Amino acid sequence: MPERIGVYVCHCGSNIAATVDVRQVVEQAAKWDSVVVARDYKYMCSAPGRELVIKDIRELNLTGVVVASCSPRMHEAMFRGVLEEAGLNGYLLEIANIREQCAWVSLPGAGATAKAVALTRAAVKKARLNQPIWEREIPVNQATLVVGGGIAGIQAALQVANAGYLVYLVEREPYIGGHMAQFDKTFITLDCATCILTPKLAGVERHPNIRLMTCSEVVQVDGYVGNFRVRVKTSPRYIHEASCTGCGACERACVLWDSIPAEFDEGLGRRGAVYVPFPQAVPLKARVDGKNCLYLTTGNCRRTCVTACQRGAIDFDQKETVSEIAVGSIIIATGFDVFDPGVEPRWGYGRYENVITGMQFERMSNASGPTLGKILLADGTEPRRVAVVHCVGSRSKKYHRHCSRVCCLSSLKFAHLVREKTGAEVFEFYTDLNIFGKQYDEFYHRVREEGVHFIRARGTEVTEIDGQLAVCAEDVELGVYREIPVDMVILNTALIPRHDAEKVSRLFGISRSSDGFFMESHMKLDPVTTFMNGIYLAGCCQSPKDIPDSVAQGAAAAAQALSVIARGKVSLSPVTARVTEELCSGCRICLRTCPFQAISFDQAAGTAEINEAVCKGCGCCSAACPAGAIDITHYGTGQLLAQIEGVCGNEDKD
Amino acid sequence: MRTKTDFEPLLVAFLCHWCAYTGADFAGSAGIKYPASVRIVRVMCTGRVDPLFVLKAFREGADGVLVSGCHPGDCHYVDGNIKAMRREPLLAAMLEQLGIERERFQLVWVSASEGEKFARVVTEMTDTLRELGPLNLKGGEQLG
Repeated sequence: MPERIGVYVCHCGSNIAATVDVRQVVEQAAKWDSVVVARDYKYMCSAPGRELVIKDIRELNLTGVVVASCSPRMHEAMFRGVLEEAGLNGYLLEIANIREQCAWVSLPGAGATAKAVALTRAAVKKARLNQPIWEREIPVNQATLVVGGGIAGIQAALQVANAGYLVYLVEREPYIGGHMAQFDKTFITLDCATCILTPKLAGVERHPNIRLMTCSEVVQVDGYVGNFRVRVKTSPRYIHEASCTGCGACERACVLWDSIPAEFDEGLGRRGAVYVPFPQAVPLKARVDGKNCLYLTTGNCRRTCVTACQRGAIDFDQKETVSEIAVGSIIIATGFDVFDPGVEPRWGYGRYENVITGMQFERMSNASGPTLGKILLADGTEPRRVAVVHCVGSRSKKYHRHCSRVCCLSSLKFAHLVREKTGAEVFEFYTDLNIFGKQYDEFYHRVREEGVHFIRARGTEVTEIDGQLAVCAEDVELGVYREIPVDMVILNTALIPRHDAEKVSRLFGISRSSDGFFMESHMKLDPVTTFMNGIYLAGCCQSPKDIPDSVAQGAAAAAQALSVIARGKVSLSPVTARVTEELCSGCRICLRTCPFQAISFDQAAGTAEINEAVCKGCGCCSAACPAGAIDITHYGTGQLLAQIEGVCGNEDKD
Repeated sequence: MRTKTDFEPLLVAFLCHWCAYTGADFAGSAGIKYPASVRIVRVMCTGRVDPLFVLKAFREGADGVLVSGCHPGDCHYVDGNIKAMRREPLLAAMLEQLGIERERFQLVWVSASEGEKFARVVTEMTDTLRELGPLNLKGGEQLG
């Protein structure tokens, strides 16, 4: 039966039509072999646009459809549904990308119409060779993996668990809570961070559907949406979790007690080699720091901790374990790192003892922190003048181009806390105030009214003038250079991608944006999913955000996972390799080429055999087969060759 | 036969779905301009690009062929891009024997967020092709 193809060219309002002469594309297309109808419409994706296609398929008995419009990444799935609605297989659709890859990248009159014609012709030539293929449906595993136990991951885990499904929450640190657990107050409500976080931490710990895995990292991920297999490595805590009550007797007994900088206190406080990270830690269990423990590193220690523990919970024989879990969805909530201001001398960090980071200030201001909540200089006195420097490492061509988004507000919060606790004068050295959230502007005005000084500064430098700490900068609004003597400087440092974000992105097969954070499917309309089906993002691993936004995204990621579970099955792409047995010589080159071990050798037939359930349709085997015996459905060699002819502008060489 | 003066080189770009094709879309969303003579063919993976496709493009009149996909280590299919990378020098050597200059066939990594890079790569390659002039294959019909 000769092919009967309908071509539909979209104006996309003026998005395409302003640059591409849509009428001309239609006129050209109407002349091509097997094209029985060619139309243009203002918005092909609108209901009348879709109706146009459905009507034509039915009335003109179309065997294939070409839509020349936006990227197939936008509407391919939707238009496949349109074909299905009219009784055609969805894979008889071909999209010509004349918006993102033609109209939007070409100057008017600079060959954009000729290009649109060529791309549409390529799509028609491929459409003639398209075959109906069917997606495979497979059942999904109802468990969900959440990677990262900060507030975003906790919210996601609780939400999925509350719906009645199993959640594995994997956290690298020995406790959950992430950065939020370290904060003192949260802007703008000035709630105690721990107080509002603790119920959620307890919720995770006590939830019958949550399997909490601390000191753990994901090391391997296989499978696909609905059926992931994940290997998790758990480092030894050297503590019997069931016996430990978190009393802290071991820490006080440790011979290294109060001598190791405590990570949780950002180095301001000290801990022992065995320690409980903080009083509200979940799980409230001690941990032996294997890198510093004398017994574990040298074998020589009196093991005072073992003697001190009344419950015999310390176990130096614990080993690293690797467990394998099966899940249907994965939520990545690995959070952020904080920029190290020590890399640039002008911020004075590491040079002057009263220059601290925002995170250090959080710990200092926190009642369970190293100074028990008092704002103190290194000599133990209270500061009388404090500077807060914004955008340290953010919005910088040298370090990180992005705005960290939360620092303006947290800087205002620091100012408020300093004023409240010490009465000191506070100077905010800002570049712009990016104050975006609900009731945030009101908070800014409140802090202004509390008498905080705002200096719009350029070239901020922290230095010492005659032994006095000072912040120097150009005051952009007054147009003068200012030197402000202060006692303490708080550097509000950038939120940056985790140091191992690249490794993690490869582990899960997800992309990263140019700023290094994990990349969502669509910046506006799909901010939670990734290009990997079944893998979702939550919190600051996607981009810096404040607590309400992290919580919202955690909940949104949970909704994504729950929709996979609720549907109960997932559709797998029907794009797979197929062997033409008559052509296969049995050389087995394809077996070594396949990254998924989807090809086996049929000894009896002497030919290669594809396991379609495992094949992902990459096509590496097809490119490698010397006999041309392997082809890929929907991306067949013939289809691609026809497309090449089309883009090169050669219609008549059929 | 086309001459060097009124010459707008035809560049066929094979882009992997996951990285380079998405990157090219990104260039579009950001409105970054590049020559309209760049024509994109989507493949699922650069490892799918059969040398035959490249030869076919040259035979059909392409003045240059670009293969672009995920950076090493980022492949959606483990190491399809590495397979493309291994194939590249062999194919380039063969093309040179056929009189197709080395610069006419390139493999460049472009991630999903590197729209700007994609636009730069194809613009620069088009400039190079314009310098080289039209590809006039002798007995081109025997190719492919």
